Amino acid sequence: MIRTHIMVCGGTGCTSSGSATLISTLETELAAKGLAEEVKVVKTGCFGLCALGPVMIVYPDGTFYSMVKPEDISEIVEEHLLKGRPVERLVYKDVHPDAQVDEHHATSLNETAFYKNQMRVALKNCGLINPENIEEYIALDGYAALGKVLTEMTPEEVINVVLDSGLRGRGGAGFPTGRKWQLARNIVPNADQKYVCCNADEGDPGAFMDRSVLEGDPHALIEAMAIAGYAVGANQGYVYVRAEYPIAVKRLQIAIDQAREYGLLGKDIFGTGFDFDMDIRLGAGAFVCGEETALMTSIEGHRGEPRPRPPFPAEKGLFGKPSVLNNVETYANIPQIILKGADWFKSIGTEKSKGTKVFALGGKIVNTGLVEVPMGTTLRTVIEDIGGGIPNGKKFKAAQTGGPSGGCIPPQYLDIPIDYDNLLSIGSMMGSGGLIVMDEDNCMVDIAKFFLEFTVDESCGKCTPCRIGNKRLLEILTKITEGKGTLEDIDKLEELCYYIKENSLCGLGQTAPNPVLSTLKYFRDEYIAHVTEKKCPAHVCKKLVRYKITDACKGCTKCARNCPVGAISGKVKELHVIDQDKCVKCGVCVDNCNFKAVIVE
Amino acid sequence: MKSLQELAAIREKMKDKVAIREASDNTVRIVVGMATCGIAAGARPVLSQFVEEVNKEGLSDKVTVTQTGCIGLCQYEPIVEIFESGKEKTTYVKMDAEKAKRVVAEHIKGGKVVTEYTIGNYKA
Repeated sequence: MIRTHIMVCGGTGCTSSGSATLISTLETELAAKGLAEEVKVVKTGCFGLCALGPVMIVYPDGTFYSMVKPEDISEIVEEHLLKGRPVERLVYKDVHPDAQVDEHHATSLNETAFYKNQMRVALKNCGLINPENIEEYIALDGYAALGKVLTEMTPEEVINVVLDSGLRGRGGAGFPTGRKWQLARNIVPNADQKYVCCNADEGDPGAFMDRSVLEGDPHALIEAMAIAGYAVGANQGYVYVRAEYPIAVKRLQIAIDQAREYGLLGKDIFGTGFDFDMDIRLGAGAFVCGEETALMTSIEGHRGEPRPRPPFPAEKGLFGKPSVLNNVETYANIPQIILKGADWFKSIGTEKSKGTKVFALGGKIVNTGLVEVPMGTTLRTVIEDIGGGIPNGKKFKAAQTGGPSGGCIPPQYLDIPIDYDNLLSIGSMMGSGGLIVMDEDNCMVDIAKFFLEFTVDESCGKCTPCRIGNKRLLEILTKITEGKGTLEDIDKLEELCYYIKENSLCGLGQTAPNPVLSTLKYFRDEYIAHVTEKKCPAHVCKKLVRYKITDACKGCTKCARNCPVGAISGKVKELHVIDQDKCVKCGVCVDNCNFKAVIVE
Repeated sequence: MKSLQELAAIREKMKDKVAIREASDNTVRIVVGMATCGIAAGARPVLSQFVEEVNKEGLSDKVTVTQTGCIGLCQYEPIVEIFESGKEKTTYVKMDAEKAKRVVAEHIKGGKVVTEYTIGNYKA
């Protein structure tokens, strides 16, 4: 008789920090202690606290263990599972200040600061079910929404519920999902074939919420796509997922196979005469394939390049047929909107942005990971309360949202409620939800350059403004970071940005200059410092910094011994000197000095 | 899947199996002392019996069975404590599998404490 479930995270983050070994060690130890019949080990999707992986939760008490090593397992089995004493040193302790701490009750997940402010809708089942077992999904009301839609609702009613809920696309632009479905249903009367597609080609650097849904709750996507198929009148779906997500692809395939086996995909679902099936198409990791027309071109087997719109996919999409394309996170909301109703969904969020949004927290933040909060939560709550603030007592400088298409949010907007429209109004965008936190050690010109390097690499080359314009932007930025820029360069940079935005063919080019524009808007002084004083205020741009040894030097020779290029000279107990011609600015001397005598300027 | 009934049947079958993972505030906690002293005194069959009874009675969404360490009254082991929100905790001593059955039937289901097993009524 099973009395305890141990949920071990099998998401990509924890898998790379060794959760697979934990599972096998656990199973061996449990068998050795004769507990195999009482304790069940479940491999789940992502819990969200990736920085502390591998993580696991022991139910029913809900004890949350973080950074567990294989050698800790025997202690956990012996102490916790056999004797019931949680292994305190491994329990995650960041308890929310308001939480009531009961010493007999180990820290449970929901009491931690990280989870307390979250609201999980799209990630509802992630970490709670075994994604490779369809019955666990069904136990938590899985496929009930599909059943309801097929037996009780007309396609128009489904579309009206989604419209009424106010759900907007979670992939970036925030187009109303219901409106998209309505167009795909009505724009071409009597179409012989329609398609439902899912964009799982999550390409923004730092964003991984779609992967987590695929890994942790793949059936939610399958169910939602079948619902979309019913609503728009399609019988075939395609999930376009990047090949760099092997675990996600594997679990989704298992889920599709199981759904077919249970008759939840295929012919005559629930005996209603509705047919729907779906397949996976692997993307080869081109960022431009996140653009809808390029994605569909790629599914068709052609080179992934966008084409001009109109015609929009709702009219002429995949294989020239009316198609609807939504992002993974958007779909993940659908079953719950159907079950709980549009009013429930509308009650969450702000006036024009309903529901929740998942953010992938990264950069200079304590709790790197995945968080889901209601729309309208402030950036301060996300960064300081949930994210645990900035490590090493550094100061917040900016948050970057929307990846290479987005912009920076400076400190004065920390209290702005995050939603689609507010982010646009301050020159950033929601994007897919990557949120990179930067502190005083980040150079904003360098950040802009980083994103431009990415978009220049990823531009498909079809249209001139994007192909050549972004290349020129990058050249000017490089010039500035090398101290060769002029004030005119900054003006030229800005002008070119607007030109590229206006004239590019697809979303990639139209948004590529955003990181430059927003850093120029809020951190123009840094650009000016680079060109007039030839200084990088954050000491990042290598060509503009100098390493220098001050009088604090005791002459211990440690820096000279560790310098990889032999640029430091000096005798024992005498002041050392760095030869600027030889110095490669690697920073080894700073790390090695015990007297803080090496400074960067 | 040919009908909603089939889906509902799977849901009912699986519900209890995943209910253990859902944190609920109004649950009753049955805590069995499972330190060395408890195990030596026979806590393991008591624990198994509680788990079995709770599942058999279909109470697993409202009742959780867990273990705890030594609470310092080793001579009274196996000790079982029942925590119910808003009520005083009940401490049962010198438990065995048969007594566990009665506690589930009378206390957990019936809401009536089995006074004769509690620590206050224990006579050595």
